[in-house]
Amino acid sequence: MKRPDPVTTVKKRRDAALAAITGQIPYIQFLGVSFDRHGDALTGVMEYSDDLIGNPVLPALHGGAIAAFLEITAIVGLTFATQWDRIEAGALDVESLTPGQLHLPKTIDFSVDYLRSGLPRDAYAQARVTRSGRRYASVHVEGWQDNRDRLFAQATGHFLMAAPHG
Amino acid sequence: MADILEKMAQQFIAALPHAGRLGMVLDKVSPGRAVVSMPYDPMLIGDPSTRVIHGGAVSALMDTAGGAAVMSHPGGGIGTATLDLRIDYMRPATPDQTITAVAEVYHVTRTIAFVRAEAFDHDTDRPVAAATGAFTVPERKDGTR
Repeated sequence: MKRPDPVTTVKKRRDAALAAITGQIPYIQFLGVSFDRHGDALTGVMEYSDDLIGNPVLPALHGGAIAAFLEITAIVGLTFATQWDRIEAGALDVESLTPGQLHLPKTIDFSVDYLRSGLPRDAYAQARVTRSGRRYASVHVEGWQDNRDRLFAQATGHFLMAAPHG
Repeated sequence: MADILEKMAQQFIAALPHAGRLGMVLDKVSPGRAVVSMPYDPMLIGDPSTRVIHGGAVSALMDTAGGAAVMSHPGGGIGTATLDLRIDYMRPATPDQTITAVAEVYHVTRTIAFVRAEAFDHDTDRPVAAATGAFTVPERKDGTR
């Protein structure tokens, strides 16, 4: 039986794949979103910035920034999940991946449920791929701030899958 | 009245840091209707292979236009918040073109404003995206709704 790869090799491979996916999308940098990874589980982090405010009186995060954050988390989560087997097999050559080479799923529709106003602090989100098929996928995203159980927004979206091995 | 609406709405956009960061401009406003545009910017790209703007930026535009429409409605009010927003992405927006969203309040109650919106690039016959949303109607200062 083949010995498993050393833990550092495995982590490096997974983190490089995640960086390759997020590095593809300029809008992720624009919003200041990053991802924490534990195994295959990703948590999106939108670091607070004054530029994200929509209502300066309250103040509250802009609904559009929240929607964008959840959509980014859905797309990255879906891409990471669908590429996981290739990442583990070492088949995803992230070193030679140029921007735009990794085809991302396209959003068909996205529906955001605003549950509480977004506080002026960091926000977190996790995506769950409810259904992933050859052509379409359905993804649910939960967003929270201070308390994991007190969601401030949730969303469901449908995505058109990129061609295989794209 | 039109002047007051115009001024109110211009200030509204200027007072929204995130909308300002995205370069949004309020093009037109009338009671219950708002037109907001967002210029193309490479920072907003969602897919570098096509240079198409990320859906999230379009969401932000739709949300801003929807909010502006509610604020301009006689039954609406300053300080609205989005309750829910659903967006259908019909086609990729053409790179290098400004995206314009037209939002309209189609029904308003004492507590909720219902909004429809469409977004276009330079091809004004084929929308890039369509949205429906529900926004809160703030309580009046005197306690009435």
